[in-house]
Amino acid sequence: MMETALPLIFVSVMGLSLLLYVILDGYDLGVGILLPLAEDHEKDIMVASIGPFWDANETWIVMGIGVLLIAFPTAHGIVLTKLYLPVTIMLFGLILRGVAFDFRVKAGDDKKAMWNRFFFIGSLVASMAQGWMLGSYITGLTGSLTNTIFSVLIAFCLPALYVVLGSTWLLIKTEGELFEKAVGWARRSVLPMSIGLFLVSIATPLVSEVIASRWFQLPNAIGLLPIPVSSAIALILLVSLLRRDLEQLRTMNPWHLFMCPVIICLMAALGLAYSIFPDIIIGQLTIWDAAANSASLQFVLYGVLIALPCIIAYTIFIYRVFAGKATALSYD
Amino acid sequence: MEFDPVLLSRIQFALNISFHILFPTITIGLAYFLLFFRIRFTQTGDPHWEFIYAFWVKIFALTFALGVVTGIVMSFQFGTNWPGFMEKAGNIAGPLLGYEVLTAFFLEASFLGIMLFGKSRVSNRLHLISTAVVALGTTLSAFWILSLNSWMQTPAGIVIENGEMIATSWMEVIFNPSFPYRFAHMMVACLITATFLVAGVSAWRVIRKVDGPATKKVLNVAIITAAILTPTQVFLGDLHGLNTFEHQPAKVAAMEGVWNTQKGAPLTLFGIIDEEARETRYAIKIPKVASIILTHDPEGEVPGLNDFIGEHPPVAPVFWSFRIMVGLGFIMLLVSWLALWQLWRKKELGPLMLRGLFAMTFSGWVAVLAGWYVTEIGRQPWIVSGVITVAEVVADHPAGLVLTSLIAYAVVYAFLLVSYIGAVFYLSSKPAKSLTALHDYDLPSEPVQQSGSPLGGAA
Ligand code: HDD
Ligand code: HEM
Ligand code: HEM
Repeated sequence: MMETALPLIFVSVMGLSLLLYVILDGYDLGVGILLPLAEDHEKDIMVASIGPFWDANETWIVMGIGVLLIAFPTAHGIVLTKLYLPVTIMLFGLILRGVAFDFRVKAGDDKKAMWNRFFFIGSLVASMAQGWMLGSYITGLTGSLTNTIFSVLIAFCLPALYVVLGSTWLLIKTEGELFEKAVGWARRSVLPMSIGLFLVSIATPLVSEVIASRWFQLPNAIGLLPIPVSSAIALILLVSLLRRDLEQLRTMNPWHLFMCPVIICLMAALGLAYSIFPDIIIGQLTIWDAAANSASLQFVLYGVLIALPCIIAYTIFIYRVFAGKATALSYD
Repeated sequence: MEFDPVLLSRIQFALNISFHILFPTITIGLAYFLLFFRIRFTQTGDPHWEFIYAFWVKIFALTFALGVVTGIVMSFQFGTNWPGFMEKAGNIAGPLLGYEVLTAFFLEASFLGIMLFGKSRVSNRLHLISTAVVALGTTLSAFWILSLNSWMQTPAGIVIENGEMIATSWMEVIFNPSFPYRFAHMMVACLITATFLVAGVSAWRVIRKVDGPATKKVLNVAIITAAILTPTQVFLGDLHGLNTFEHQPAKVAAMEGVWNTQKGAPLTLFGIIDEEARETRYAIKIPKVASIILTHDPEGEVPGLNDFIGEHPPVAPVFWSFRIMVGLGFIMLLVSWLALWQLWRKKELGPLMLRGLFAMTFSGWVAVLAGWYVTEIGRQPWIVSGVITVAEVVADHPAGLVLTSLIAYAVVYAFLLVSYIGAVFYLSSKPAKSLTALHDYDLPSEPVQQSGSPLGGAA
């Protein structure tokens, strides 16, 4: 009984962590990508809007990779060996932006411009590398030409999703001129994101027969309809909300806008999960083949059951403490 | 030229973890200093403590950021460079790492936000609690990762069934024989590293007359702390060595440079290790002392390296690293007691002492790295002592790929290190902003405003 259930539980925890990572670090990577488009004083506000959160946001990828390692050590080895190059590139991106965040205000005014650039480059590089990783993963970690093209495609689309998340996040956190700019950024990034989503949705089944057979067979296709339909509704809602004029946008609750890309991420994650399950490496290894020893998993399960609700509770608490519009970062 | 991917992977792992550990040592230690400053401020309402906090929390945040990003690299390294390790030892290593993420990383990363930026948004009490939670988080993180590392040194609580490791007792795994010693020794090492950083930077601020009473106050705190911690560390180190002697005698033989098993073994202070001839040449020895330290008996038997041919670590790096660590330990002891004595007799540190403290700003880093090299190189050729060897677990990446990433890491890290040290001294060259608020404050006539650091940190 436990033998079957434990891998299921852990693959869900891993999926949840990676989804939270994409949403949470997605918005702060997006803000990083948008940085060069803002004036100097606005840059400070943009950075301030993610200041108290970025570190905890990044911890979700550590958790996701950690669960992969704990629960599916064989898969962890294969995935990270195969993805050595994009993972290393992503790590360089994350290093650069993580430190630029502090250095830009602490290394002296003459170096601020340089660190701002690093912040942007790091965010962009990390996002693209993540797209590349996602692309290779979906195509079963094999390096054929079509698969490579597919990975490159996703490498360009994921940053667009992050930019949508980032600019709608800025709608929550900013006011005045910067708010107006963020509206413009959001409006302009929706299209590339939608194209990306569309391409990915049709390309995934094309690249992988396994995935195609799961989606396009009746009656599955009907049962699955809610996933693409909800994504489409969220997208249409986002576009129509962004079409409103600035006055209306200012008075509405900006969280509604932010929730649209969040729903899209959620649906994409559900769709992906359905495509891949029960494999952990597509076409090679199922979650039950790859699972670690049950006794070890059971030992970690206690920790997950106690700690995860606490983590979610105090994360919500922190977001409430820092609710409202961001002001320039200050240690006071 | 042919490169061995195993060797390259090892160098890359060593580089990454060596760079990572520089920052945790400071954040773990500094977190307790900050907590202390907050508590003093809450108790006394003396604004100096507030200024001291405001200054050091900036350095803390910078260090923390470097610790986080290099740590994220570490969490991928196990998979990218040592997949075999996780396949073989994953049943043990995985859960320990998992508990670290669950109990420590989220805690510290989340409450850090309040600690750094929340002072005006939450009550003083909640802010104080957040600071304490961050300190607790960093300590928990050290607890789990050191438990794992200690388990690799002195594995316990497992059986091997069909080539798979199974835990029989998690208590024995977590509290394995070397863990209490390693945890205590490392925690004190972190505190000492932070103490000498605080002392060194403050001494520099006093020399440069950047600001007055607040800096002197924190300098005194650092000196008293150092004077208490350094002898504690020598004592803990001795206990740690005894434990190692019991469980990893080959490592101790390498630390001491003892080749032949002997009764009444002398302590070798210095000497040239000749691994080919298997002897220590030009050795300066004190008779019987090694036996006394390790067995508490002048005639006690100390096993030599020749008992472990083919299964002992490379001798020279372990031998020298050990001497660097212990040597620095005694220098720190000497300096902190001299400084304490000066404070007590003259109420003020002399210019020479200030310079000496400044020179030792980053001495903790050197001792910590030396200590880890003793521990880690001393474990060779095993990755888990007596259970798995290093050569069994490496990933088979093409050497060129590993070499490229290795060089890239080295370049980025060198740049970051220079930038970090530059930023620490740049921040230190400015008087605390809030100081100007205090009217009766004795500010230097000309604010010191140049950005260069004496270490050339013009990144
Ligand atoms: C004795 C302490 C110690 C040691 C030996 C290590 N670490 Fe570490 N690590 C910490 C103490 C620490 C810390 C104090 O908790 C850090 C440093 C600064 C910080 O932000 O947290 C941290 C950060 C940190 C992070 C980022 C956490 C976050 O997102 O907040 C990761 C993923 C790791 N580490 C992983 C590792 C791995 C895989 C190690 C070993 C191979 C390792 N660390 C050795
Ligand atoms: C934090 C301070 C640490 C430092 C400075 C350090 C240093 C090193 C060095 C120099 C090596 C290479 C040894 C050699 O190949 O000759 C090494 C290897 C290794 N260390 Fe550490 N280490 C540290 C902590 C840890 C911790 C906490 C863990 C695990 C939890 C760990 C796990 C490993 C592994 C898996 C290897 C690779 C296998 C090997 O070469 O032995 N290390 N470390
Ligand atoms: C003079 C007194 C000291 C003695 C006798 C001593 C002894 C030891 C011994 C025997 C080990 C190796 C344990 C093993 O590998 O099993 C060790 C490791 C270590 N030492 Fe020291 N040490 C001293 C001072 C210091 C100082 C001053 C620092 C840093 C501030 C330091 C930091 C470390 C670290 C980080 C390690 C590696 C982690 C560990 O195994 O605990 N030591 N020490």
